Amino acid sequence: MQEQERNIRYNAYVEAKIAKTHAWPSLFNSFWVGGLICTLGQLCNDLILLWFPSVSTQSAWAYTLIILIFLASFLTGLGVFDKIGAFAGAGTIVPITGFSNSITSPALEFKNEGIIFGMCAKMFIIAGPVIVSGTVSSMIVGLIYLFV
Amino acid sequence: MNEWYVYLIVFATGGLVCFLGQVLIIKTKMTSARILVTFVVLGVVLEAVGIFQPISDFCKAGINVPIIGFGASLARGAISAVKSTGILGIFTGGLTATAGGIAAAIFFAFVFGIIFKARTKKL
Amino acid sequence: MERKRENQTVFFDNKPKIIGHYSIVGPKEGKGNLRKYFSEIEEKDDFFGQKTYEKAERVMIERALDGAIKSANAKYSDVHLFMAGDLLNQIISSSYAARSFDIPYVGVFGACSTMVEGLALSACLVDGGHFDTIACATSSHFSTAERQFRFPLELGNQRPPTSQWTVTGSGADIISIKGNGPIITCATFGKVTDYGISDVNNMGAAMAPAAMNTLIAHFKDTNTSPKDYDLILSGDLGKLGSEILIDLMEEQGYKLGLNYKDCGQIIYKRNQDVLMGGSGCGCSATVFNSIIMKKLMSGELKKVLFMATGALLSTTSSQQGDTVPGIAHAVVIEGVKK
Repeated sequence: MQEQERNIRYNAYVEAKIAKTHAWPSLFNSFWVGGLICTLGQLCNDLILLWFPSVSTQSAWAYTLIILIFLASFLTGLGVFDKIGAFAGAGTIVPITGFSNSITSPALEFKNEGIIFGMCAKMFIIAGPVIVSGTVSSMIVGLIYLFV
Repeated sequence: MNEWYVYLIVFATGGLVCFLGQVLIIKTKMTSARILVTFVVLGVVLEAVGIFQPISDFCKAGINVPIIGFGASLARGAISAVKSTGILGIFTGGLTATAGGIAAAIFFAFVFGIIFKARTKKL
Repeated sequence: MERKRENQTVFFDNKPKIIGHYSIVGPKEGKGNLRKYFSEIEEKDDFFGQKTYEKAERVMIERALDGAIKSANAKYSDVHLFMAGDLLNQIISSSYAARSFDIPYVGVFGACSTMVEGLALSACLVDGGHFDTIACATSSHFSTAERQFRFPLELGNQRPPTSQWTVTGSGADIISIKGNGPIITCATFGKVTDYGISDVNNMGAAMAPAAMNTLIAHFKDTNTSPKDYDLILSGDLGKLGSEILIDLMEEQGYKLGLNYKDCGQIIYKRNQDVLMGGSGCGCSATVFNSIIMKKLMSGELKKVLFMATGALLSTTSSQQGDTVPGIAHAVVIEGVKK
């Protein structure tokens, strides 16, 4: 009991002791890098529609996302993405680029443990939860719509 | 003139979504996996209650490029498949709609995983 | 013969000495404050010519041990025991490195406190007359630690502001009853202390209470106070952790003054973007086996209290939401008298 009190006190003390870092620079960076990536996506989308008028809007979006996924994956392989990410934070994590990076980075990382149990198995250590939670929640939505 | 206006909106709204993500990271010490999960589920919910489409019409890439759009596609796929094929749609709808993105991410990760090697952070 | 022990502290009457030492570091550490003190700096390749980072870490230990034995002007056959530990699961770096030597081996684990743990245990065994000469070593590698404890290297995330940078480096010492060198006079073994910190990115705060416990036990057992030492050196508390330690000690009535330093804070330069400073087994090992040992040998430092702290967590315990227990061991080393 006494220990618990001591721990709570210590945690509060540590929390207060942590130097307040200025959040504004990182918030600003995440804003403009994130905005830029989205603008790049819009540009891709518009160009696809312009050059290939036969493509449907839905497919144009799919192509756009695939292009962004490719770029993020490629930059990850070159070892550039983690530097951009360290600078922009959520600015690169929240767009689809973050999803792509979260699959490519463990693939690179665990290559040494073999292709099957290293690369292929560990590819989803971060993206796995995203796919699982997205799929399950969308299935729940589908279930609801079945009865509505 | 109109075109530039669209890009401005995309930049502002897309930036805002990422800004909110950064606020979450700073305030809650969330790791990137949790951030991604939160935003995907948010996208599913937005689509399910039917307000994603109007937002998307206004923000365009500003909401579709962030992982929220991925969640919305999952939900949209599930909903439309349920309407057309019934119960089977619950299982096939979501992943069918997002198959392109997931397959691309896996494929590129595999290819670049073979080609490149992980390096120490040099900050 | 009677052995002296006071609570947590053991005293060595037979003067176990550090007769050889060696430190090897990676490129980033080589650019830091202690550049001119390290025995060996790998300037470019943090793979150390190997295929994986894990193998690179083994090579560091092998080179450190080899260098330490050479610096003691000894032969491999003179070393009767090799004691080593590191951060990786099942301390593979140490055990695999020991594979290449024809020396009996004991693996020790004390997380980042391993260097002092090794020095203290070696001194006990040498002082007790069981072994004449023991080699002890430890290592850590940024990239192996990062991939075991945190995220893939290429993941584009930001490091939390309280996090520390694992030192790529290895240090080794030869402790012997014969020969000349700084003398280990006593060692204080610490208790595992947990003040309920669960943030794995805030190791300094998790380990500071353990450091406080060990320091206080040491001062009480030896009847000394902080000003009796030329230098009180903590392992890898980092900026935040050492500030907390100073506060905690003041609460207990001990004032840590200018003679208190933290390895994690001195190894890197300010502009190297390491946030709270260095950490890992290699942090205390390389700092001690470079600048501190040189100053002890030259007599510039006469009495050093060297305490390294460790966070005894695993990825499993932290994923299950457990708090981070800390440990700290300390040794007193007296410099060569001129």
